[in-house]
Amino acid sequence: MIRARGLTRHFTVKKETVEAVRGLDLRVEAGEVVALLGPNGAGKSTTLRMLTTLLPPTSGTAEVAGFDVITQQRGVRGRIGYIGQGNGAGHNQRGRDELVSQGRAYGLDRAAARARADELIGSLDLDAVADRVVSTLSGGQRRRLDVAMGLIHAPDLLFLDEPSTGLDPQNRASLQEHIRGLRARHGTTIVLTTHYLDEVDQLAERVIVIDHGRIIADDTPARLKAEHAGDRITLTFDHDADRAMAHAQGFLPQSDVRRTGTTVAIQADGGAQLVPKLLRSLDEAGVTVAAVEVARPTLDDVFLNLTGRSLREDVAAPALQESAA
Amino acid sequence: MSTTLASDTVTVFTRELRPVIRDPFSVIFSLVQPLFFLVLFAPLLPDEVGGQSALQWFIPGTIVMSCLFGAGATGANLLFEIQTGAHERMLVSPLRRPALILGRAFKEIVPMFAQTALILVVTIPFGFRLHPGAFLGLALLAVFCVGLGSLSYTLALASKNKEWLFWAIQQTLTFPLLLLAGMMLPLDGAPGWLRTLSLFDPLTYLVNAERALFSGEIFSATVAGGVVAAFATAALGLGVGMRAMRRAVA
Repeated sequence: MIRARGLTRHFTVKKETVEAVRGLDLRVEAGEVVALLGPNGAGKSTTLRMLTTLLPPTSGTAEVAGFDVITQQRGVRGRIGYIGQGNGAGHNQRGRDELVSQGRAYGLDRAAARARADELIGSLDLDAVADRVVSTLSGGQRRRLDVAMGLIHAPDLLFLDEPSTGLDPQNRASLQEHIRGLRARHGTTIVLTTHYLDEVDQLAERVIVIDHGRIIADDTPARLKAEHAGDRITLTFDHDADRAMAHAQGFLPQSDVRRTGTTVAIQADGGAQLVPKLLRSLDEAGVTVAAVEVARPTLDDVFLNLTGRSLREDVAAPALQESAA
Repeated sequence: MSTTLASDTVTVFTRELRPVIRDPFSVIFSLVQPLFFLVLFAPLLPDEVGGQSALQWFIPGTIVMSCLFGAGATGANLLFEIQTGAHERMLVSPLRRPALILGRAFKEIVPMFAQTALILVVTIPFGFRLHPGAFLGLALLAVFCVGLGSLSYTLALASKNKEWLFWAIQQTLTFPLLLLAGMMLPLDGAPGWLRTLSLFDPLTYLVNAERALFSGEIFSATVAGGVVAAFATAALGLGVGMRAMRRAVA
């Protein structure tokens, strides 16, 4: 469905060249659900905009849904759906009108566009608000309308750029439910960007981690976690944290052991099996453990392990101004 | 069903027009502006200007002016859609780029006609005479509106995230063009430099042609000058507009 080779995009920000995306190679097969994960400014949205013909690549090529993104833009545009970060529906328009316009833009005749609009209004639960002006809708309602706009022509390939940013947990859950349904019912190929880790866990079968414009990991969430982050064991002590730290290092020479104040954090595989032995050994050494916690790894741990930075810190790269380089 | 440039243009045109049709009050409010102008300015006019009734002289200028304000500012609508994301959504669709300008520009004709109709309805009882040439005048104004609207959209595309830039340029250009064209006061008694400057204002030719057409004159050099000015504006506007839209990146 997607074949990209050496996809590169530079921007000029205050006379300096910023390499937003650097030589990206990507293959996505039909029916896959892929999440592009990375901090702000990593190059996720720029990649998406190149794949959707919104932005010409500085160099490299990409074929999307069988068409070249540079030489066959209309071929690509007619076959993909795109739900951007903003609102697809004009704020001074009514939702239903915009859906019909959108259908006409994709070549549906008037009757077909009306019928498809009705169908999407029903399935996205927009009946009550479809005839209201878009600017009066809530954030969640607008987002559902955006999704309906992106699906008007029932595309085989759907791009979503940070689909759930700014939504409350309930609306996020219902959006994720809808995206899963698309895949299950229609076999839609889905590519989404996000910086919500739980969203990746909820939706994606494949995670592509992007940092500084490059792919640094590409695998299933489960395998990424298994490979790039062990379980996290956190031990808390009333005293003797120093001794406990030394003891744990001796007990688990292969593992990453760190102390902050009165807690000792250990990163290790098979944490649940290790903890009983570790506790017994600490007990025998005369160190009393006050509390213990074992956590499964998260994608944030994966990111931390891969880059040495946490996704949550979100050290945003300078916002890119879109002046072509 | 496959689309064509014409059907894409109709799609964009219909979409632009829809909020106006859904909410006619928004148009009615925008119509009030030239009316205030008539009510507050027309009483200051002498009985006669340039050998004809002042109203006959003044109304064509007012009609061109409301077109200048309306179509000139219409880029703000696109600017807003660039900011909210609707423009990006249309760029990702298979709509042909020229249609994104053409459909919008052609829509400008509609509010212009509505405003003109209102102005005429209000002034005819006060002695304004409607010659058949006036309809040609409207057609000419429609051509000009398409060009001016297109220029305004181009300015919006160029200013992108900088709303102040759009307004700064739009306002800076509007008033000199308006005053130099002798829309409000005749330039007959103006100093030479001002009259020379006015020769470089395409609106001068358009306003003069409109005055000629509205007073029944059709085949004259004045009218021909207006025709050239209107079509040149349309060609320039659509040319740069389509070019800017083709290059538009989101």
